[in-house]
Amino acid sequence: MSNGKKINLTINNKKIKVDEGTTILQAAEQLDIKIPTLCYHPLLEPYASCRICMVEVKGDTCDLFPACNTKVREGMVVETDSERALKARKLNIEMIMARAPAAEKVQEIAKELGVKKTRFEITDPEEKCILCGICVRTCEEIVGANAISFSERGKERKVYTPFGEPSEACIGCAACAFFCPTEAITCEDLHGRKVIHSELMLGPSTAIRVPIRQAVPMVPFIDEEACIHFKTGECKICERVCEKEAVNHEMEDQEVEIEVGSVILASGFKPFDPKRIPAYGYGRFDNVITALEFEKLVNASSPTDGKILLANGEEPKAVGIVHCVGSRDKKYNEYCSRVCCMYSLKFAHLLKEKTEADIYDFYIDMRCFGKGYEEFYHRLLEEGTRFIRGRVSEVTDMALTEKEEGKLIIRVEDTLIGAIRRIPVDMVILAVGLEPGLDQNEIAKIFNISCGQDTFFLERHPKLAPVSTFSDGIFLAGTCQSPKDIPDTVAQAGAAASEALALADKGTFELEPITAEIDEELCAGCQICVSLCPFTAITYNKEKGVSEINDALCKGCGTCVSACPCGASQQKHFRDAQIFAEIEGILVE
Amino acid sequence: MSNGAFEPRLIGFLCNWCSYTGADLAGTARMVYAPSMRIIRVMCSGRVDPQFVLKAFSEGADGVLISGCHPGDCHYQEGNYKALRRHRLLTKMLEQFGIEKERFRLEWVSAAEGVKFQHICNEFTEQIRKLGPLNWNGGKHEQSEA
Repeated sequence: MSNGKKINLTINNKKIKVDEGTTILQAAEQLDIKIPTLCYHPLLEPYASCRICMVEVKGDTCDLFPACNTKVREGMVVETDSERALKARKLNIEMIMARAPAAEKVQEIAKELGVKKTRFEITDPEEKCILCGICVRTCEEIVGANAISFSERGKERKVYTPFGEPSEACIGCAACAFFCPTEAITCEDLHGRKVIHSELMLGPSTAIRVPIRQAVPMVPFIDEEACIHFKTGECKICERVCEKEAVNHEMEDQEVEIEVGSVILASGFKPFDPKRIPAYGYGRFDNVITALEFEKLVNASSPTDGKILLANGEEPKAVGIVHCVGSRDKKYNEYCSRVCCMYSLKFAHLLKEKTEADIYDFYIDMRCFGKGYEEFYHRLLEEGTRFIRGRVSEVTDMALTEKEEGKLIIRVEDTLIGAIRRIPVDMVILAVGLEPGLDQNEIAKIFNISCGQDTFFLERHPKLAPVSTFSDGIFLAGTCQSPKDIPDTVAQAGAAASEALALADKGTFELEPITAEIDEELCAGCQICVSLCPFTAITYNKEKGVSEINDALCKGCGTCVSACPCGASQQKHFRDAQIFAEIEGILVE
Repeated sequence: MSNGAFEPRLIGFLCNWCSYTGADLAGTARMVYAPSMRIIRVMCSGRVDPQFVLKAFSEGADGVLISGCHPGDCHYQEGNYKALRRHRLLTKMLEQFGIEKERFRLEWVSAAEGVKFQHICNEFTEQIRKLGPLNWNGGKHEQSEA
């Protein structure tokens, strides 16, 4: 906009020097002089339809101008609050008041200008739209979707989609509603989405955001799915407003190839999805939440500032914690997820600390296996958490008594007293178990390692090589190998790191002792073996007329050995003669 | 065998990485399976030479099992596919020798499938028990039983 040329002007008797091309409104802003606006938005081209920003320019032929789209000129003398300007504004706001009497922003400006009511005829007392066109311009200039426009003229003028039907061009970004100065368009019209407890973020999020508040590195990212730019190629508001020019929409995911000697797999777990147990009502009842959601809620930087609140904003009076959700259950996962008992106890403790609620812990067995864990359990028993032994059968909102009205009722068999109980609570926390990651099998295939029956990665030996795998140089750490808590994970990761370092430190690599070898005397040079080798370890020596094996490449599978028609190829430790002898030996009575 | 009932003798060629570990798992988990299965470890099911199978039958085995990793899981990338091809061809040849194709099996057992291995052993044993002794190569088997 600027070519470096400066313009001198006077606004309300104050002198200022601004870039050429600046508008009176922008210049006034620099002097902290407030001019009321309605149809102006700093990110859109000025439109000057509301005429609330009228200012008087002294000594000009036509002396009233809208400040938002009038460019400054050398020597200009502007009065923003002159009698004539104010009179024009008052008349204009009266007309807008007649058009959109329900718009709060209009009433506000009218009050500031001292206008109490309009002299013009009010057509619709509910109307909020002032026809400023911000929504239309947003959709065109920023979003680039052109889904809405003005239709009709004069009194009939309105913002409309083509033919008044839901527009196919609309991408549902809600930018029009976000920019609307009078709330004539609202987000609820477009979404109607629930805010609290609706997702792990515990609230709606923007397309550009920091993933979590404790993220490392603390850098925002652009969610391509939600970002308008990736839908229409326009917008880029974030790029425009970022003074450091740090936003780059052209940046793409990159595949980087790094050569390494060993790999530590620490691909983690995914929490069990409690929707798989419909009886627990997760997804149906607002106040049935998972452990991770509770963790998010109780965190000091949560949307509730760490307060434990129900979906309606009230504090719970009774909370139930359900153990073993998706764990120790033949229908879902047979294994124990190890961490749930202890984090459930932690939750019970936090609830006791932060609320007055009665806390019920529904457990099958308490598995307090670690250092100081059993002591913590006893502390909770003394604190007054009510422990009920039994697997919860159902969470329901069907009240049988008055006391249960409006509550969530947990049905459980208390196996210590041998009775079915119904416990009304306000909030249910599901202690979901740990499951192998979604792409566990794919990772296993890439690294040529195995998964156990539960799909966690299989270690080479449960006792003697708990961090190694069947592939040399691939090590395991953390919950990708089995469910485990943080201390165990850290210990295992340390072991995996030192195993990897030990390989690097040695500087030499031990070859597989079980490789194949070819007896030159016997080899007829048929080259059957060459085509069979999956590692291209065998080459044909034309001079000698025999095949040769590269020991460094041979992994010792023995496929070539069993295909050799002359018995020239033999596998060390698994020679034909050795296996024949084994067969003979094993079949002797 | 002491009571005179026919107890089949089965030879299993198990690959080191999946099936042998699977069998090991069955063992460490103390699963009980038919004692008729006698296991020979090879590094890969692709190492199983057709001669081994013929040798086993001629030495008096009543059934032979080759077991390797599931397709796509081979520690050596494709050894189990080679085993599959050989199994197809060898089955045809064995039939020409008069050996029923049921006596020669190929199975995929992963390192985690101890239960599957137990099941295969039991089922194979039952199948061979129904078929009766093979008595190939001059009834070596009978001699020893006498």
